[in-house]
Amino acid sequence: MASMMRHTEKSTWMSGYALLTPAFLVMAVMMVAPLLALLALSFWTQSGFEIDRTPTLANYWTIIEPSDEPFFWMGIPFPFKYPPPAVLMLKSIVVSLVATVLVILLAYPMAYFLAFRVKRNKTLWLVLLTIPFWTSYLLRVFSWKIVLGYNGAINSALKTLGLIDQPLEFLLYNPAAVAITLAHAWIAFTVLPIYVSLEKIDPSLLEAATDLGDTKWRRFLRVTLPLSAPGTIGAAMLVFIPTVGDYVTPMLVGGPGGTMIGNLIQELFLRQNNAPLGAAVAIIMMFIIGALVAFFFWVIGFRKLRSRVS
Amino acid sequence: MRNTFSPLTVYAALFMIFLYGPVLMIPLFSFNDSLFTTFPLKGFTFKHYGTMAANTGMLNALRNSIVVAVCSSIIATAIGLLAAIALTRNRLPGNAIILAAFSLPLIVPSIVFGVAILIIMLKFLGIALSLWTVGAAHVFICIPFSMTVLMSRLEGFDKSLEEASRDLGENAWMTFYRVTLPLALPGVISSLLLCFITSFDEFVLAFFLAGTDPTLPVYLFGQLRFPNKLPGMLALGTSILMLSTMLVLLAEFFRKRGVQANVPGDA
Repeated sequence: MASMMRHTEKSTWMSGYALLTPAFLVMAVMMVAPLLALLALSFWTQSGFEIDRTPTLANYWTIIEPSDEPFFWMGIPFPFKYPPPAVLMLKSIVVSLVATVLVILLAYPMAYFLAFRVKRNKTLWLVLLTIPFWTSYLLRVFSWKIVLGYNGAINSALKTLGLIDQPLEFLLYNPAAVAITLAHAWIAFTVLPIYVSLEKIDPSLLEAATDLGDTKWRRFLRVTLPLSAPGTIGAAMLVFIPTVGDYVTPMLVGGPGGTMIGNLIQELFLRQNNAPLGAAVAIIMMFIIGALVAFFFWVIGFRKLRSRVS
Repeated sequence: MRNTFSPLTVYAALFMIFLYGPVLMIPLFSFNDSLFTTFPLKGFTFKHYGTMAANTGMLNALRNSIVVAVCSSIIATAIGLLAAIALTRNRLPGNAIILAAFSLPLIVPSIVFGVAILIIMLKFLGIALSLWTVGAAHVFICIPFSMTVLMSRLEGFDKSLEEASRDLGENAWMTFYRVTLPLALPGVISSLLLCFITSFDEFVLAFFLAGTDPTLPVYLFGQLRFPNKLPGMLALGTSILMLSTMLVLLAEFFRKRGVQANVPGDA
C-alpha cells in the first residue's frame, strides 16, 4: 500500500514537471542561456568589428585599472584610468536609494490608509492604484519631461501666475529629477505589497496592545510597523534592484549630468561597439546589486524578522 | 464614523494627485491648440489626433505592436496556464524555488535581459533582429504575470471538482477541457488582457531587439527627439494610455467576477 502511494505521488510529480516544461524551456532559452552568453562575452574582447574569443580578464581590468591621478566626482576621488563605470555605479546606487526611500515614505501611509481606514469602495481604490502599474512606463517617465521641462507645465504656470520671469532651469536634467521621476514611475509597484502585509495583521494583536495601555503611536511602532516590515522591505527591493539599472528615466529627464550605469551599458553595446566591455559592466552591476541586497538582509536580520511574523 | 476627514484622508487624496497628475498632462496638452506644452491653455482641438492618424510610420508601428502583443499574450497565457496548474495542483519538490526563479524577469533590471538576449541572438545563434525576437522576449516577461493571475484563480476553486471528474471516468485531457478550463476562464481572459498590455507598452526589451521594424513605444521614443512632432506624440500617448486603462479595467472585471462567482453558497 505504502509503495503504491509513493508511486502515485511520484507520477503526479512527473506530470507536474511535464506541465512546467514549456515554461522551463522559455526560461532556459530567454534567461539562462542569454545570461551565460553575457558572462562568456565579458571574458572576450572586441577587436574592430570582430570579437576575439580568447578568454581574458581585460574588460574587468579596464573597469578597475588604477590610475595615479584620481578623477573627482562630487569631491570623491576615483583612482581609475577609465572612471565612468565606477562613478556611474556609485551615482546609480545613490539615486536609486533616494528614489526607493522616497517611494516607501510616500507609499506606506497610502497603504496604511487603504488597509485600516477605507471601509467602503475598497475595490475602487485598489483599481485606481492598479491602473498606473499597467500603463506605459515610457509615458509615465515622459510625462515628467512635460511637467519639469524648460517650456513645461510648472515653469509656464509659474510664469503665468507672475511668480517668476525666467523659466527655472534646475527643474529638469539633473539627478534629483531622475530620483523623483523614478519614485513616481515605480510607486505603483509598492503600495499593493505593503497593503497586503498590513491587511494580514491580526486585529486582535492591535487590540491587545491597546488593552495593555499602548498609545496609538506606540502601538504603531511596536506592533504594526514590525509586522509589516517584511512586506515593506520586499517592496523596497522591488524598486531598488530594477532602478539601479534603469536607463529610460536618465535618458529622458537626466540630461548629461543625470546619466546612470544603464546608460553606459547601452552606449557600450549600441554606440561605442564594445559589447564585451558592456557585458563586463552589466555583470559587475548585477554582482554589486546582489551583494548590497545580501548585505542589507544580513544587517537587518531578515530571517528573524520574517519568522517572527509567521 | 469619526476620522472620516483625518489627515490621512487628505494625504491619500494628495497621493492620488501625485500618482495621476503628471500622466494626465499628456491628455491635457494633447487637446491644446499649441505646439508647446505650456500654460495657459490655448484652445480645444482634435487636430493633433488628425496628424497622428495620418502618420504612416505610426500606423506601421501600431500594426507591429498589435501583432506582437496578440501572439505573445496567447503563448504566454498558454504556457502560464500549464505552469499554474502544475504548481497549484501538485506539491512539487522545489515549488518555492521554481516560483522565485520565474519571478526573476520582474526583478533583474530589464537592460540586463535586453543586452543578454541581444547578444545571444546576434553573436551566438546568428538570428537577425525582428519582431520575432521582440515577441520571444515579451513571452518571457509575460509568463510571470500570467502565472500570478492564473495561480490565484486556480487556488480559488475546489480541487475536488477535478477529482470528481476523474472519478466519473473522464481522462486527464477531458477533465482539463470540461472542468479546469471553464473554471479558470475568467483568469485566462484576465491573463490575456494583462499580457497584451505588458507587451504593448514594453519599451526596454523592444528597444534593443526590434531591429529596423519598431513597435509603438520604440517608434514613439524615436519621435520624442523632434520638438515639432511633440503634439502628435501627445495624441498617440493619450490613445495608448486610454487603451491600457480600458484593458486593465476589463481584466480586473474578469478577475473580480471570477472570484466572486466562486464564493461558496453564492451560486
